[in-house]
Amino acid sequence: MAGNVWVYVDHFKGAALPASYEAIAAAKTVGSKVTALIFGQGVDALAQGAFHYGADEVLLGDDASLADYRAEAYASLLSKLAKEQQPDAVLFPTSTRGREIAAMAAIDLDTGVLPDITEIKDEGGTLAAIHPIYAGKLLSKVVVNAKPALITLRGRAFGKPVADASRSGTVTKVAAAVAEGDLQTKVVDYATVEGRVSLADAGVIVSGGRGVANNPALTPPAEITDEKEKEIWRAQQGFIMIGELAQALNGAVGASRAAVDAGYIPYANQVGQTGKVVSPDLYIALGISGAIQHLAGMRTSKVIVAVNKDPDAPIFKLARFGVVGDLYEIVPALTKALKERLSK
Amino acid sequence: MKIAVFVKQVPDSAAKLTVDNGVVNWGDAPLVINPWDEYAVEAALQLAEKHNGEVAAFSLGGENAKEALKHALAMGANSATLISDPALAAADATAAARVFAAAVQKLGGVDLVVFGRQAIDSDTGLAPAMTARVLGWPVLSMVAAIPALEAGTIKVERAIEEGRQVVEGKLPAVLSIVKDFAEPRYPSFMGIRKASKAEIPLWSLGDLGISAPESKVSWSEITAPAQREVTNEMITGANADEIAAKLADLIIAEGVL
Repeated sequence: MAGNVWVYVDHFKGAALPASYEAIAAAKTVGSKVTALIFGQGVDALAQGAFHYGADEVLLGDDASLADYRAEAYASLLSKLAKEQQPDAVLFPTSTRGREIAAMAAIDLDTGVLPDITEIKDEGGTLAAIHPIYAGKLLSKVVVNAKPALITLRGRAFGKPVADASRSGTVTKVAAAVAEGDLQTKVVDYATVEGRVSLADAGVIVSGGRGVANNPALTPPAEITDEKEKEIWRAQQGFIMIGELAQALNGAVGASRAAVDAGYIPYANQVGQTGKVVSPDLYIALGISGAIQHLAGMRTSKVIVAVNKDPDAPIFKLARFGVVGDLYEIVPALTKALKERLSK
Repeated sequence: MKIAVFVKQVPDSAAKLTVDNGVVNWGDAPLVINPWDEYAVEAALQLAEKHNGEVAAFSLGGENAKEALKHALAMGANSATLISDPALAAADATAAARVFAAAVQKLGGVDLVVFGRQAIDSDTGLAPAMTARVLGWPVLSMVAAIPALEAGTIKVERAIEEGRQVVEGKLPAVLSIVKDFAEPRYPSFMGIRKASKAEIPLWSLGDLGISAPESKVSWSEITAPAQREVTNEMITGANADEIAAKLADLIIAEGVL
């Protein structure tokens, strides 16, 4: 066993990322004692969740200077604690925050980071991990030759953890490592996107490609005269339709790079090698032909469904179920059919 | 304003990859500037244009990394330097970050260091935060917009998982840029000509005044993932409703909803 394993519990405004609990559950499989790190202000309620998913102990950094996530403040505290208590490994969910804290702590602690890994194994006290590279086209087996090993775990790669509400543990409060006056950044504001499901956490993703613009039956409003604008308008109506299917399945909307580059939908929705690599239980590809860069970003999805006009589209090779047809006919009918069945 | 931008040479994203004796082979696919780094170069150039600055491009790699630097020059970077040393052949992210920081310090007087969000080959995304930490500067990652830059302070909009976060940081600082920032410009004909003639100096570890930083991560093997075994079923029917009904039943039977 790897001994003392720490888990950084990533959260946004007090709501833990599901991948934080996945990391705690993964830590249980390789460590003899699991300590959860919770940093923020007024976030002591998160300790409960950490215990329920398997933490034995919580180190709680509760301070005004930690109210907003700031890389320098969070990394400094983690590094200070790790220097004092010498854990064997620290696990993080692979989020922007987790990756950043791990990166900075690696410099502070003179150790290494295994980023965005999908498997972890104890090999005689050393943690060996699988890191997908080239967007998962290849897999690299990696180890850290120093302690603590800092490892960020890809969301949804470690299965759904099971909570046990009877578990509890000890909470130890820790003080912030850097005084507010010595921090070099300040968070000014947030603009959250309402109702958005994060692609990384989504169990269902419904994605649209270039084909979403191909509905000649739609007539753009008269004030849109530019041909390119008309195409974008058509595509946006298509993505509204895709959004309805996604919503019916409590899923997120994705897109191919072609759709993003054409201006149909923001980059935040892009799936693929230069977007997000995802692994949902169900991936529905609509009007996506399946360029190698897109396939690399979704090939580990459990069940893939593809709808495309072109019977030779490469996406069909990965699809469990395929429909050769017009997505504008199939999608509304499928939304209706699934809604009927799921409401029963 | 002095801006350093780091770029990497990678196999084109369309490359089909294989592993031969543990070495990644991308066949005859071209090597290109890491797509995410093009946004970094674009951001650096826009900041330089607005704030009367200059852009110094760097790349760590072998001789072929010069092509990525030439792309940055063709886009408009003022200078390009290749950091290359046989002792860095197996450098991990921390070792690379220590080298990047040493290059920034050798250049001197740098206000901003700009990276792309990650390289599409090694897929670590660690360089910006690590380099910032070695330098002791703040990192502002995933920058989608820069609403203000004045008097030693930069204000950025970060694209985080939950939406946008507006952060102010003190200069000097390290940024990583995401695609929302702006479409990268195409190199101009004049730019390409200038880049093809440019002298690209080489800095070794000796030039940087450091010994090879120790790598903490090692790779024991690289493999291709197992081929996906998919039983493919094409759904047909008399009309959309019939197809949709069949498909809905099949999806539900998979037990993934």
